[in-house]
Amino acid sequence: MANKQLTVQELETKAKETRRLIIQMLAKAGSGHPGGSLSATDLITALYFNVLRFNPADPLWPDRDRFHMSKGHCCPLWYAILAQVGYFPQEKLFTLRQLGSMLQGHPDRKTPGVESASGSLGQGLSVALGMSLAAKMDQKDYRVYCLLGDGEIQEGSVWEAAMACGHFKCDNLCAILDSNGCQIDGKCADVMGLEPLAAKWEAFGWKVIEINGHDMLQILAAYEQAKTIKNKPTIIIARTIKGKGVSFMEGVVGFHGKAPTQEEAQKALKELA
Amino acid sequence: MAEQLFQRDVYGETLVTLGAANKNIVVLDADLSSSTRTSLFAKKFPERFFNMGVAEQNMMATAAGLASCGKTVFVSTFAVFASGRAWDQVRLAISYNNFNVKIVATHAGITVGPDGASHQALEDIALMRVLPNMNIIVPCDGPQTADAIIAAANQPGPFYIRLGRSKTPTIEGKGKFELGKAQILAEGNDATIVACGIMVSQALAAVKSLAKLGKKVRLINVHSVRPLDNAVILKAAKETKLLVVCEEHNIIGGLASSIDEVVAENYPVKVIRVGVRNRFGQSGESEELLKEYGLTAVDIEKAVLSNLS
Repeated sequence: MANKQLTVQELETKAKETRRLIIQMLAKAGSGHPGGSLSATDLITALYFNVLRFNPADPLWPDRDRFHMSKGHCCPLWYAILAQVGYFPQEKLFTLRQLGSMLQGHPDRKTPGVESASGSLGQGLSVALGMSLAAKMDQKDYRVYCLLGDGEIQEGSVWEAAMACGHFKCDNLCAILDSNGCQIDGKCADVMGLEPLAAKWEAFGWKVIEINGHDMLQILAAYEQAKTIKNKPTIIIARTIKGKGVSFMEGVVGFHGKAPTQEEAQKALKELA
Repeated sequence: MAEQLFQRDVYGETLVTLGAANKNIVVLDADLSSSTRTSLFAKKFPERFFNMGVAEQNMMATAAGLASCGKTVFVSTFAVFASGRAWDQVRLAISYNNFNVKIVATHAGITVGPDGASHQALEDIALMRVLPNMNIIVPCDGPQTADAIIAAANQPGPFYIRLGRSKTPTIEGKGKFELGKAQILAEGNDATIVACGIMVSQALAAVKSLAKLGKKVRLINVHSVRPLDNAVILKAAKETKLLVVCEEHNIIGGLASSIDEVVAENYPVKVIRVGVRNRFGQSGESEELLKEYGLTAVDIEKAVLSNLS
């Protein structure tokens, strides 16, 4: 079941609502990762509302498209989206990180809509590869999407997966790289530079589409283009701003893994009104 | 002379049989398919076999992804790599997710031989035993390998099955294989020997030799290190008062530790460990290494005799 297509304007409104939920959830939880959740918000909002095929009433529908969030620390974003598209009631969002909650600090199969746990960086693209191979074997037409972070891809296992996805010509797989340029200890370029990213992925046999990850038109066009690529996997390298949408979080490394205080949350919500 | 089989030959053949009956079975290997014998499956069912290259971490998490889509996935490489190289993937993507992935690790233990310490997994049971959801089977011979593979295929959830490199003598009269149920191979009340894997045949020889000295020693084959058959272990503790645990593994963290834990919590008796005494392995022929590291029938017999009250 595909949701009805939203206009760019409607998607932007949804993205803003998603950002508001992220801020509220994190302020309530008192811990978590706002920076990367906000940088990937536009990408994942567009994916769920206009691209992915799924049915919240039947989370295990065999023909559903798969989405896997490899950079698991950004699960507040995922949870906010899953609630909005109907996997569970929105009030559940405010149990994030609490004892016994189905919304764990990092993704967990307890949450409807979550296919596989993540949180230890660098594993998700391999999991997505397994899903892609299963689709091919079963001659199913579902597609597999996987969100990676640009700090995350310093993990060597990501490149094992990149190699294998290229080798097996996984054209039903689309990776999304949230390239916000920041990681815990600073700018990616300073901590462990990996540019040129496009050349690296191309060398591993991937189709690379580079976009501004906050431009809905570019995002939608990239997803559509990825569907047309044959005999190779696609990666959308989305250039983004960490903490996007909240002025005092934008580009600020310190908000990688620090929740906003109540005061900061109020300020942020005003900006996102 | 008993029949001698390579456990990995039996593994490969069993996979082919299972694969013919169950289209959901998928097999992954990391460039060792001729050694692990998954090549037999690859030849028969190329569309359900993936050689993942020398990239074990990716292989384990790929197996998880396949399992998430309903596949029963067998994953093979040498035990050192299956347990150590990709432990984080095994922990989160397989064990935590509780996915239907069967890790069949070959070339475990000191009897890998001339390849030396880098290739001799002496800590893999320990590494797997601390992961919730993970079932662990250490079959004692060829036929039991088939039983273990079939049991793993039929029961949902993650498994670690530990196989050796060398041929193993087939042990007669084991009875039916049941996951989590230990097998009593000899009765006796003077002491109990508990063993798994290749150490079962060494233990059997020790039991026969001890019988000649008038000592009736019970022998328990613990093929399922997890779930462990606590009842059979505790019964032996109560009735024989001495347990000698034999494994081709570090004495820390493996079968002996499992037995220690059960006994210490419920019915403390003396537990003596026959295993690799917290050393790395080295190059040598299997038989030489078993002697050097104190893993022969003679060593087991000595351990029993010197601890009998």
